[in-house]
Amino acid sequence: MAGHSNYVPQSAAAKWLESRLPVISLVRGSFVDFPTPKNLNYWWTFGGILAIMLMAQIITGIVLVMHYTPSTGAAFDSVEHIMRDVNFGWMLRYLHTNGASMFFIAVYIHIFRGLYYGSYKAPREISWILGVIIFLIMMGTAFMGYVLPWGQMSFWGATVITNLFSAIPLVGEAIRTWLWGGFAVDNPTLNRFFSLHYLLPFMILGVVILHVWAFHTTGNNNPTGVQPKSKKDTLPFHPYYTIKDLFAIVVFLIFFSWFAFYVPNYMGHPDNYIEANPLVTPAHIVPEWYFLPFYAILRAVPDKLGGVLAMFGAIAILFVLPWLDTSKVRSGSYRPLFKQFFWIFAANAVALGYLGAMPAEGVYVILSQICTVYYFAHFLLILPLLGFMEKPLPLPASISEAVLKGGSGSPAGAVAAPDTK
Amino acid sequence: MSTMIKMVRALTAAAAIAVAAPAFAAGDGPHIERQQWSFAGPFGTFERGQLQRGFKVYQEVCAACHGLRQVAFRNLAEEGGPSFSEEQAKVIAAEYTVVDGPNDEGDMYDRPAILADKFPSPFPNEQAARASNGGAYPPDFSLLAKARAAHRGFPWFVFDAFTQYQEQGPDYIYALLTGYEEDPEGVEVPVGQYYNHSFLAGQFIGMAPPLSDELVEYTDDTPMTTEQYARDVSAFMMWAAEPHLEARKKMGFRVMIFLIVFAGLLYFTKKHLWRNVEH
Repeated sequence: MAGHSNYVPQSAAAKWLESRLPVISLVRGSFVDFPTPKNLNYWWTFGGILAIMLMAQIITGIVLVMHYTPSTGAAFDSVEHIMRDVNFGWMLRYLHTNGASMFFIAVYIHIFRGLYYGSYKAPREISWILGVIIFLIMMGTAFMGYVLPWGQMSFWGATVITNLFSAIPLVGEAIRTWLWGGFAVDNPTLNRFFSLHYLLPFMILGVVILHVWAFHTTGNNNPTGVQPKSKKDTLPFHPYYTIKDLFAIVVFLIFFSWFAFYVPNYMGHPDNYIEANPLVTPAHIVPEWYFLPFYAILRAVPDKLGGVLAMFGAIAILFVLPWLDTSKVRSGSYRPLFKQFFWIFAANAVALGYLGAMPAEGVYVILSQICTVYYFAHFLLILPLLGFMEKPLPLPASISEAVLKGGSGSPAGAVAAPDTK
Repeated sequence: MSTMIKMVRALTAAAAIAVAAPAFAAGDGPHIERQQWSFAGPFGTFERGQLQRGFKVYQEVCAACHGLRQVAFRNLAEEGGPSFSEEQAKVIAAEYTVVDGPNDEGDMYDRPAILADKFPSPFPNEQAARASNGGAYPPDFSLLAKARAAHRGFPWFVFDAFTQYQEQGPDYIYALLTGYEEDPEGVEVPVGQYYNHSFLAGQFIGMAPPLSDELVEYTDDTPMTTEQYARDVSAFMMWAAEPHLEARKKMGFRVMIFLIVFAGLLYFTKKHLWRNVEH
């Protein structure tokens, strides 16, 4: 990271600091002089967007905590106190709840970008694995955050998910009791979820630093998947990518603001405006939208333990993805067959999300099962076999060559228009 | 430029994915008709007169069974609400009795409410409420306009994100209040229940038809009909559930203008910086 810095300290103070702690050259090497492939498209801006979203969630969250009361008797009313009495409390709270959804939209786009362009392949396996860890911690954080307002869906969502652990043979019941801190979802559960909801984002931040460190060691992937060959293939991160990322971030904030200010309850469930009541079960218990594909996989398996294993397996399989994909070619732009299977996989994931929101009955169960099988088949059958069966298109000799020919990969495989200067 | 177009397409696709997963569970619910509301859309505001009338309907009809425990009397005089004057709000508060204490003797005592108090609930607890209402529990009104929504289903919920449809709550309340009808032939309505074709939880509701024409005296020339009462009280309940709705939309517009101008400037700055780079 610091190795890319062109920085030579000039002032006496800078020299003094650099010889003791080379923090200036570290930052310069990572975010100023860092050589970045010059052909990155806008799909690559989601990393920056995610960094901003993480900070936004942490800042709004810290202020919300100043007004929130973690107790089953007071949590629901304290959220209403924030919404009604705290100055701009409604804004903080709506930014935070919608921010969680935005975070997931951005992370799903970021993950699918990595899947399409083969960003998980050597030498970037560690970046990918760290990313999957971030995704896992994010899911835990979001799940526990949704419990905090102590509405009906908070309570029943927590009940359903914690009950899953009881499916583990022998120790399941004990684990569930340990998670609850009692014999039902109650005050101890709410308190520990609150504690962890505050802790986990900082763990995400730590893993994000490792994630960035890892891909700054290997260098960014790029739409061609071809490693930069010379200085002509790269640009310094600043000002080229700082400005491009900033533009994308602001466009994303427009999208975010649309939801937070105009349709703030669109992604939420109306039942969560009813205070938690252990005696009244909602007609349909549905998780937040970003969990729905995994929820569909969970319910597709008729056996409880099997469902839990399938759900966790759906994420666990991502850890070994770098070794399941046997193709030597990174970018999907040069893989005609893979490209088609990628879009089928994406459609399948959306279908799973839809099925997760439907009741587990009739045709929905069968469709969920088909989509679940396809989800796993994509990783366990299609990707390993494609590497042997597919004849990839010829790769460009370098990024610069690809750029001059106008063939830098794009998701639809379209040739970049001439006006893309 | 084509990357820009792709970007826009991508965001649209992302939005579609985001909403492809409705938070609403499936099920064949009643059909709820969409109403016109002054507070809908990006520039929506509450109509002061409507909120004041709705409050009157609440006070004279609904308050006998339904609480409003999250709302304080001072809210009635705050900006973006019914805009009663502070004096009017004080008079309204004084009509209510709240329990305070303990006093120096250690006793709880009754006193007239002041602006800082919240609306006292009509029943001390849920059990008492059920006991007085044939087993049914009249829900508190504070958040009801956000806590009820009919199932929208695909593809309508996708459009809702773009058309900013967030008035499912008041639409439903209006439909429920005007949804009572004569017991249809062949349908046996249980004792103490009433037939309502808009009720989300089933055909029969424990609440007797609460509104009828000429029930509440309007001092202006607003028609004194069941429909008008239902409309006014639904609007009032939306305000009670979201008292900062006006401030939110106003702020949203400023945020949008700022971000769009900022994005434009950044776009041209980016274009300028990249002008000599083949990429």
